[in-house]
Amino acid sequence: MPMKDITAFTAVQLAEKIKKREISVVEATQATLEQIGQMESFINSYVTIDQEGALRQAQEIQEKLDGGALVSPLAGVPVAIKDNMCTAGMPTTCSSKMLEHFVPAYTAEAVQNLIHAGAVIIGKTNMDEFAMGSTTETSAFGITKNPRNFSHVPGGSSGGSCAAVAAQECFYALGSDTGGSIRQPSSFCGVTGLKPTYGTVSRYGLVAYGSSLDQIGPIAKDVADCAAILEVIASYDKKDSTSIIRKDTDFTSALVPDVKGMKIGIPRDYLGEGLDAEVRAAVLAAAKSLEGQGAVLEEFDLSLAEYAVPAYYVIACAEASSNLARFDGVKYGYRTKHSEGLHQMYKNSRSEGFGAEVKRRIMLGSFVLSSGYYDAYYLKALRAKALIKQAFSQAFQRYDIILGPTAPGTAPEIGSSLGDPLKMYLGDIYTVSANLAGLPAISLPCGMDSKGLPIGLQLIGDCFQEKKIIKAAYSYEQAQLL
Amino acid sequence: MSKEYETVIGLEVHVELATKTKIFCGCPTAFGGLPNTHTCPVCTGMPGTLPVLNKQVVEYAIAVGLATGCSITRYCRFDRKNYFYPDNPQNYQISQLYLPICRDGGVEIETPSGKKSIGIHEIHMEEDAGKLIHDEWEGCSLVDFNRSGIPLIEIVSEPDMRSAEEVIAYLDKLRMIIQYLGASDCKLNEGSMRADVNLSVREAGTRAFGTRTEMKNLNSFKAIARAIEGEKARQVGLLEAGKPIIQETRRWDDAKGDSYAMRSKEDAQDYRYFPDPDLTPVEISDAWIQKIRERQPELHTEKQARYKSEYGLPDYDAKILTSSKRLADLFEATAKLCHNPKKASNWLMGETMRLLKEQEMEPEDIRFSPVNLAKLIALTEEGSLNSTVAKEVFEKVFQEDADPVAYVETHGLKMVRDEGFLQRTVAQVIQDNPKSVADYKNGKEKAVGFLVGQTMKAMKGKADPGMVNRILKEMLKSQ
Repeated sequence: MPMKDITAFTAVQLAEKIKKREISVVEATQATLEQIGQMESFINSYVTIDQEGALRQAQEIQEKLDGGALVSPLAGVPVAIKDNMCTAGMPTTCSSKMLEHFVPAYTAEAVQNLIHAGAVIIGKTNMDEFAMGSTTETSAFGITKNPRNFSHVPGGSSGGSCAAVAAQECFYALGSDTGGSIRQPSSFCGVTGLKPTYGTVSRYGLVAYGSSLDQIGPIAKDVADCAAILEVIASYDKKDSTSIIRKDTDFTSALVPDVKGMKIGIPRDYLGEGLDAEVRAAVLAAAKSLEGQGAVLEEFDLSLAEYAVPAYYVIACAEASSNLARFDGVKYGYRTKHSEGLHQMYKNSRSEGFGAEVKRRIMLGSFVLSSGYYDAYYLKALRAKALIKQAFSQAFQRYDIILGPTAPGTAPEIGSSLGDPLKMYLGDIYTVSANLAGLPAISLPCGMDSKGLPIGLQLIGDCFQEKKIIKAAYSYEQAQLL
Repeated sequence: MSKEYETVIGLEVHVELATKTKIFCGCPTAFGGLPNTHTCPVCTGMPGTLPVLNKQVVEYAIAVGLATGCSITRYCRFDRKNYFYPDNPQNYQISQLYLPICRDGGVEIETPSGKKSIGIHEIHMEEDAGKLIHDEWEGCSLVDFNRSGIPLIEIVSEPDMRSAEEVIAYLDKLRMIIQYLGASDCKLNEGSMRADVNLSVREAGTRAFGTRTEMKNLNSFKAIARAIEGEKARQVGLLEAGKPIIQETRRWDDAKGDSYAMRSKEDAQDYRYFPDPDLTPVEISDAWIQKIRERQPELHTEKQARYKSEYGLPDYDAKILTSSKRLADLFEATAKLCHNPKKASNWLMGETMRLLKEQEMEPEDIRFSPVNLAKLIALTEEGSLNSTVAKEVFEKVFQEDADPVAYVETHGLKMVRDEGFLQRTVAQVIQDNPKSVADYKNGKEKAVGFLVGQTMKAMKGKADPGMVNRILKEMLKSQ
């Protein structure tokens, strides 16, 4: 089979072919590496490519499959990991100069789950530095380009993961989502990305940005892949106190095209000012499609939507300012060459090791936690968070899922975003609420704009209701294939 | 004429808890060990690691809270205290600020003027930091993270103490409570109990508090007492000279008997406390508290009363024996083994205390087992050892936890009770000391003493003095 044809398969399709011995794990891995060889110079979705290791793993996994020791549904499928998840023996940089040469001694739980399931780890993908950004332009290791249009950004912060999936440089990838970092780049790159309910996937080994919001999730070519991947990475982990025991992780059971009677709420707040007209039209068309399949649509006022972005940035930055304190040049990571004494060493290491956006967020976070400002900002943000959660709870008493756009627009041009951070932050308006309320949400393609850039449809579920959004997303996706 | 001043003191006491593993990871808490051998990714602050609370820490904290009359916070939480220092691998310490686990308790201490109660403001849980070792030779600093993540409770008192004596009495009381609970060994010299002293002075009779200072680096009760006296004098001196007292943290140098300022309130750090998002709140149910309450061991005041009623020990003995959990445990175990509480008490009160003092040891450092002390008591009770030899054997027990039966056997120290052998020895002594014999016959009763002494000397101390006395008198009479 020509290599090009192999990389076009979805993860589930490839796994089937591997099981039927139509394609070997080594072949699939080689095809992936070849695709990377062709595409990387244009896209730059990877920070680290482990060619040797990948081929060695492929060989070992094939042997296990042949010996019948591996039966997992995704065994043998090459995967890319966002570079903020620890991988023992493989650099984990968070796309920061601070961790340029950092090699962890242990592997993140979610990645470990993939390894147990026989995944071939191809490498680590580029991202906004420490997951702070919406364009992957804040990476210390170069900009990742949108495979749909090289002069546009792939979105962020999991831009490398989404670009790699879109460019067929891997069959699927793991991303992390603190305020939309899986969904927004999925939307921009025309792939499918799912952020699970907070606590579903262990955070152990995920280099923390906003601990109370961070969640690892799958990025893939379609909904079926996302469900299958989530089934593998979801686990209760004693090493993560916020991990939740769930017995309903058979997500693939929801891959049924059936939305008859499903009540879908569309927040008017998500269709108003600031939303690109083409995006609006595409999202409403998607809603219509679901309605055509028997779903019941209703517009409603979610309220509080305008508080989501400020509350998110206060909370995420506050946590980040503390989470990133450990990068000080003492134990690991970047240490300045020029310093006199401890204080200078700290100052110079952090000033030189972190990029501008990271420093901005550390300063913002330190400020809102400072005595005298804590009540006015941090506590108030926590209260807003609680109210937003409450507003969603009320909405979910009436609707099975909530539908809206993933982002206000399509992928912006490279270089057009960082100059105006406030505007960039407002781009997170539709995604941050799911993080603040801990809700599961999926972004899937729902058409293109006039420039040919993908548009993302977002479906948000109540806590632990991944199956509902998977079912609706699958129904929509299948209907598009007809 | 100079004014009268009153000292107002509050304490912050840190206690290392006796859990087997650290507060947020599975690493051992054992003291010592090569640097960075009791560590893992969590307690060295590696990226991506997460803390998981050791439940035993909560149970110890609740136990101490209950024993000191605190109310237990049913929904408590951990907060991050943010500050940069290389011994602190995450550059934040996980502690409790907003919802500490225990609040509003107190203990009663005895002062020369009667009982006094000292309030406890709060008790909170937190993690210890690592240790910095400064290598002067290489001109660098090294970090040992073995101590990083050792569980601590910090007991914050109200400013209720007025003298060094009261402070020592309070610390002693806390130490006994915590030791009895088994929550910590509370060794000041090893740092498992550390006290910071907050002190201010005010004119006697006034109610407003003066400006306080905080004194750190106090490694013994004696150092604490000296630091309090020193700081009081320093503050009074400043006031008398019309100079202001600066609110600051000071480090006590016990060798120099002086303190120096570490940092003032002006450059006090803003710790930017906020709830740790990696840890879920700790919900403490009534049932859990009840379970801990039921498991609470007998504390020292109860024990003291029982020793008097159950064993008939005098007040003083009961007090000394219960002053340390180790001593009390040793006493009870020995008494049970030898069925002789009075003798057990005598050995602990007498020889044990003497040797502890002589070797500058604490009761916690005692190495010998109750089994060996009980054996020694049995040997003396059956008359196999006289008191001088028994003391000699006890030293061996004290030093090496030697088995007294085996020791007496191998060193041939058993008392000789062989009538014939003693008679022959006495006969020889009589023959060798005609002058004393003559003195005795001339009515000098005291001469017997000398002859007994000579016999004991000939027997190398291993004879039963009672038997020697009797045989000697019989033989002298029959001469």
